[in-house]
Parts: sequence; C-alpha cells; structure tokens
Amino acid sequence: MLEITLWGKKFKNPVIAASGTFGFGREYNELYDVSVLGGIATKGLTLKKREGNEGERCYETAGGMLNSVGLQNPGIDYFIENELTFMKSLNTVIIANLSGGSIEEYVKGAEKLDKSDVDIIELNISCPNVKEGGMNFGIKSKVAREVVREVRKVVEKPLVVKLSPNAEDIVDMAVSCVEEGADGISLVNTFKAMAIDIYKRKPVFKNVFAGLSGPSIKPIALRMVYEVSKAVDVPVIGLGGIRDYKDAIEFMMAGASLVQVGTANFINPFACIEIVKGMENFLKVQGINSIGEIIGIV
Amino acid sequence: MQYKSLDVLENVMVAENIYKLTLKGEYEVKPGQFFMLKSWEDEPILSRPFSIYDKGEDYISFLYEVKGKGTEKLSRLKKEDKVKVLGPLGNGMDVSRIKGKVALIGGGIGIAPLAYFAKKIEADVDIYFGFRDEVYGIENLRNKELFITTKSGRVGYKGYVTDIFNPFDYNLVITCGPLVMMNKVKRICEKTATPLYLLMESKMACGIGACLVCACKTKDGMRRVCKDGPIFKGEEVVLDA
Ligand SMILES: Cc1cc2nc3c(=O)[nH]c(=O)nc-3n(C[C@H](O)[C@H](O)[C@H](O)COP(=O)(O)OP(=O)(O)OC[C@H]3O[C@@H](n4cnc5c(N)ncnc54)[C@H](O)[C@@H]3O)c2cc1C
Ligand SMILES: Cc1cc2nc3c(=O)[nH]c(=O)nc-3n(C[C@H](O)[C@H](O)[C@H](O)COP(=O)(O)O)c2cc1C
Ligand code: FES
Repeated sequence: MLEITLWGKKFKNPVIAASGTFGFGREYNELYDVSVLGGIATKGLTLKKREGNEGERCYETAGGMLNSVGLQNPGIDYFIENELTFMKSLNTVIIANLSGGSIEEYVKGAEKLDKSDVDIIELNISCPNVKEGGMNFGIKSKVAREVVREVRKVVEKPLVVKLSPNAEDIVDMAVSCVEEGADGISLVNTFKAMAIDIYKRKPVFKNVFAGLSGPSIKPIALRMVYEVSKAVDVPVIGLGGIRDYKDAIEFMMAGASLVQVGTANFINPFACIEIVKGMENFLKVQGINSIGEIIGIV
Repeated sequence: MQYKSLDVLENVMVAENIYKLTLKGEYEVKPGQFFMLKSWEDEPILSRPFSIYDKGEDYISFLYEVKGKGTEKLSRLKKEDKVKVLGPLGNGMDVSRIKGKVALIGGGIGIAPLAYFAKKIEADVDIYFGFRDEVYGIENLRNKELFITTKSGRVGYKGYVTDIFNPFDYNLVITCGPLVMMNKVKRICEKTATPLYLLMESKMACGIGACLVCACKTKDGMRRVCKDGPIFKGEEVVLDA
C-alpha cells in the first residue's frame, strides 16, 4: 500500500530519515528496527574528515531549532569502509548525502560514492563555497548548475539534488538542476537564520548564522515543494518540519513522491515509524489503495 | 536505552529554584549517565537532559534547577503526571573498578550526578560541594566525609571548593559544575598529575549520538557529550573557559 519504486529502487514506504538527524542509522537502530523505514539519508559526507564548528551548535526556537554543526563527518573513505556495510545490512534504501566546499571536492567525493554500494546520491548544495567567500552553492542557479553538471558527469547512480530554501528563486533552481541532469529534487534544507544572546550582546553562534529546521518551517517548505513539483518532471522528495503523518500526507498531496523526516526525530524518537503507521492507517480509513494515488493531487 | 512514559511519584522543592523529581521505573543506571526528559506536548519541542541523582529498585530521581521553559514546566509536575523518558544515556562510569581515595568536587546543580557517584563508589570518598548560599542535595550523604563551601558563608567554609581541596590526598578526582570551577579543578589536578574526570554539559537535541549538536572539544577532535561522554578524562578535554 505504501510501497513505491523510483529510480529502480524499491522503497517499503515513502518515509526517509533526513540527513544529519539520523547519523548512519546506528543510534536509532538501538531504539527500534530502522529497517521498517523507506530509507535513510546519511550525515553530510565530505571528501575529507571534518571536525565541524566550535562553540554553540544548537539553539531552540519557537517550534523549531537552529543548528550549526558545520558538516562534522568522518570523511567518505571512512564512511565506505566503516559505516556502509552496517547501513546496507539495515535492508532499506541508503542515500549518501554528499557535501563539499569546492566543485573539485564534490566531484572527487561523487566518484568515490558512485563506486560504493550506496543506492542514491543526494547532492547537498547548501554548503559554503570556500572559493566564493563562503557563499552557498545553493543560492544562485548559475553556481548550482556548474556543480550539478560536473557531478553528473561522474555519477551513474540516481542523483538527487537537495535544494536550499535560501535559493534566490526556488523554481528556477530546481529546473536548472534538472536541466543539468538531476534525477530527482529534494527540498528543503534549513533556512538561514540567527539568534542573539542579549546578555552577552553577541550572536549565539560563532558563525553568526545557523540553519532553522522543525515544525515552524513547514508551511514555507510545503509551498516550495508544491511549486517545484509543478515545475519539474522528475520525482520530488519533500521535507521541512514534518512532524506527524498528516504533515507527511500534505507534502505528498503537494507533489512529493517521498518525504524526509529530520528534527521530528528529536521531538519524538519514534517519529519516523509513527509516521509510517499513521500513513498506512490514513490510507485504510480513506479507502485509498496505493499511496501513488494521492501524490500531487492538490 | 528505552523510551517510556513514567509516572511522577514526587516532585518537591528542596531549595530556592531547586527541585527533586522522582519517577516510577526500574532501570540499571551507572553514575554519570543521564536521561532525556519531557513532560510537555508542544513547546519546547526538545527534551532536556538530566543526570541520575538517585535510584531505588522501582524509582529513579533527578535534582534540577529551574532555568528556563523546560525546567519551569517540570517544576509544575504533580504526583501521577506523566513524563516521557529516554535513557539511560551516555557512558557513565563503572565505579566498582575504582581503587584508592576519591574526591568528588561539585558546584551548584553540578552536585546532582556526584551524589549518585557518592552512593555507588565503594572506595574511600571525600566530597567537596560548593554553593552560592543555600545547600541542597546532600540528604543521602550524611555518613560520608562532606566538605561544604558557600560563597555567602551561610554554611561551611566561606569561599570556593577549589580553595580547600588538595589533590595530593587523592588517587582520582571527579568533577561537575560551572566551567570556571571545572577549569580550576583541572589546573589544580594537572599540577599533581592526579587523574581527573569531568562531567561535561552541552545543549542536546537527539541525546543518543545521532545529530552531533552536543560537541565537546577534545585532543582527538570533537566528541559527542551524549554518547562519548558526558564523562571525559581531564587530559583529553580542551576547555575554552
Ligand atoms: C548530560 C547532562 C546532564 C544534566 N544534568 C542536570 C541535572 O541533573 N540537573 C539540572 O538541573 N540540570 C542538568 N543539566 C542541565 C539541564 O539540561 C539544563 O539546565 C536544561 O536543559 C535547561 O532547560 P530549560 O528549558 O529550563 O532552559 P532553556 O530555556 O533551554 O535555557 C535556559 C538556560 O539554560 C541553558 N541551557 C539550556 N540547556 C542546557 C543544557 N543542556 N546544558 C547546559 N545549559 C543549558 C541555556 O543556555 C540558558 O542559559 C544537564 C545537562 C546535561 C547535558
Ligand atoms: C542537526 C542537523 C544536522 C543536519 N545536517 C545536514 C547535513 O549534513 N546535510 C543536509 O543535507 N542536511 C542536513 N540537515 C538538514 C535536514 O536534513 C533537513 O533538510 C532540515 O532539517 C529540514 O527538515 P526538518 O524540519 O524535518 O528537520 C541537518 C539538520 C539538522 C537539524
Ligand atoms: S544530542 Fe545529538 S549527538 Fe548528542
């Protein structure tokens, strides 16, 4: 009923754990059997190991949170050697979230991941471009185009591009990525935001800005997924503030073929499985035979 | 690690802004381990971490200071209310292996986990607890060597625990409290090469090691307070304070 096949990969259900909120699946697997999920997106991976940001990394806001982890990860080689075998044993679709600081770094990372056993590569373009003074690759369509074009050249696996909601024009961004060869689009990543410590009279975060996620971003994320789904003819993965099955169904009705769940895992560690169960029940009660029937019906 | 909804057995104020919360539940918990607690539905969205303070066969208890939204909501809990509890979490310490004489050095609400260390350590223990003014959290420590300091001079020595503690006397020191205090303890122990463990604090989101927001800077890079800690060796932690 919830099963869906995309890019030749069979998803048991449309619910995927979002990048950066689920590690490599090990921790949540201690709580419940994560093989019941449709898929897992890894923490953002870079060519070399990264220690991430110093100082405060998390700040709760009304209905959400700011994070400034700074892409801490053990590097692609370490991931392939030490985490991937375990992840593949989880018997769910494994999506490698590829991050980078330059086009060369993205391409080298993509080459390695393409040769590995991951099922799908999710290209995270919400990363600071070291050469362009830290401006995000995901802001200007022209810059994003270049990254997608170069990465596409070396990737045979399904390539999904994950968009930043901070893009100048989200629809133009999505269309540009598809024109450069993206097999799918996932959106949204976190919103650029900030917080100030009024006693210290300083920004809370060392980097000043941080990424906003959680329930408070949902209506904007939903609008973006709706607009992008209408504009592209590749599958869309919707995310941003999904907290329960109703939110997930909204994203699917807006046009998403799959959804990802991030911050909700912290709100309720069983959020992902509860969403799967809730969706299943919703379809039964509504007399819907297959989840495909509701994708993009709005 | 389990995620459960537990009944409140008791939630009492033990000093100004300091409460003791007891929940009904059977757990095996090591000193230094903690639980993510949440007694509310919508806001705040995240659970809050609290160290194990005491435990019996069918209960666990916490000692907490009201700081913001979450702890304020905890303070309003009444008997039979429910709390969502994830844990036990973190490395904790296998105290049965401790040999020699131990000093526990706590400041403010940082004494909460140390009270459970004191209960569990079988080796010889001296306890140094520092407070601003009012003293709390010592009800289980009546038959131990307990040195109290207060900044106001209301109880015990007037001043700080670091004024009266001598590392030469100990084979192991465990500390928890404000960063300034832990930093002082660390410097004191470094002079005498006395083995030291620190209980680190950080904001948390997942509490189980998946999100990496609870970083502690160490000589081997960033480590997770919730999974690799909260107990870290003195020589590995890099303190910014
Ligand atoms: C492993 C661990 C064990 C802890 N054990 C105890 C305990 O036994 N008793 C106790 O009273 N407190 C303990 N704390 C601290 C406690 O988690 C925070 O005080 C609590 O989360 C504050 O929540 P709040 O919603 O009331 O405050 P908020 O509204 O979230 O914030 C109020 C203030 O508290 C600070 N703060 C918020 N969260 C944390 C945090 N996780 N760590 C440090 N400062 C924070 C904020 O910077 C702010 O100044 C522990 C923290 C950790 C990481
Ligand atoms: C702590 C944290 C770490 C994240 N790390 C990454 C990452 O490494 N790569 C990435 O593409 N997105 C990352 N994200 C963004 C999420 O995958 C997701 O796009 C965003 O949080 C919005 O969804 P949500 O509201 O369901 O959390 C991270 C989010 C959080 C909260
Ligand atoms: S709180 Fe998520 S890794 Fe520690």
